[in-house]
Amino acid sequence: MIKIVFFAALREQLDCAQFSLPAADAKTVNDIKQLLSDRNEQWQQTFSNTSLLSAVNHDMVDGNHLVKSGDEVAFFPPVTGG
Amino acid sequence: MLKQEISIQTNDFSLADEVALLEEDNVTDGAVVTFTGRVRNNNNGNSVTTLTLEHYPGMTEKSLAKIIIQAKDRWQLGRVKVIHRIGELSIGDQIVFVGVTSKHRQDAFAANEFIMDYLKVKAPFWKKEQITDEGKTSENWLDAKNSDTDKADLWS
Repeated sequence: MIKIVFFAALREQLDCAQFSLPAADAKTVNDIKQLLSDRNEQWQQTFSNTSLLSAVNHDMVDGNHLVKSGDEVAFFPPVTGG
Repeated sequence: MLKQEISIQTNDFSLADEVALLEEDNVTDGAVVTFTGRVRNNNNGNSVTTLTLEHYPGMTEKSLAKIIIQAKDRWQLGRVKVIHRIGELSIGDQIVFVGVTSKHRQDAFAANEFIMDYLKVKAPFWKKEQITDEGKTSENWLDAKNSDTDKADLWS
């Protein structure tokens, strides 16, 4: 399985903090995004936001990054700390 | 002695204590540069009452550690300390601290600014502000600023 986590405004828009997908369903971060978008109209709209960032195992990555079972994949809005 | 370089915490910090830790038994560094970020009472013309800081535990520490390693690769640094607070904060509260020591001031100034600039665009923190507008209270997540990205890009 792949663990997927959401943060900040994205988590609130989805009303979901985490989610799991079978590793066989997705090869890349973009594949995961597509699968999540396909869940329903609300999620599709939320994931159409092109400014969303992604991380795999706590490192920022782009959509072509490969994923495997046991990975933790995160999606979140641009960061605003400091 | 400075035990760890990164601290993510809900509680406040003391600038004097942090400077003391950077300086304690440190006779090689002639420069100590510190930056403290605080909660402003205004943003985009709105009156901010409180600020809530969320982060991504695990990734936050990892991203800050990477930023510190990059800073040490670029400049000759002695000690480094980064503190970031999370949770609910009020106007005037301290949010972030970056302290850097070096033999000479140029490296300490540059490294401190670099760490803050990179923290702003790479460390997974998000601010939600509670604002009061004509007596009505609402809350919203802050948008990232292009100016922060542009500033960080200047270092690459």
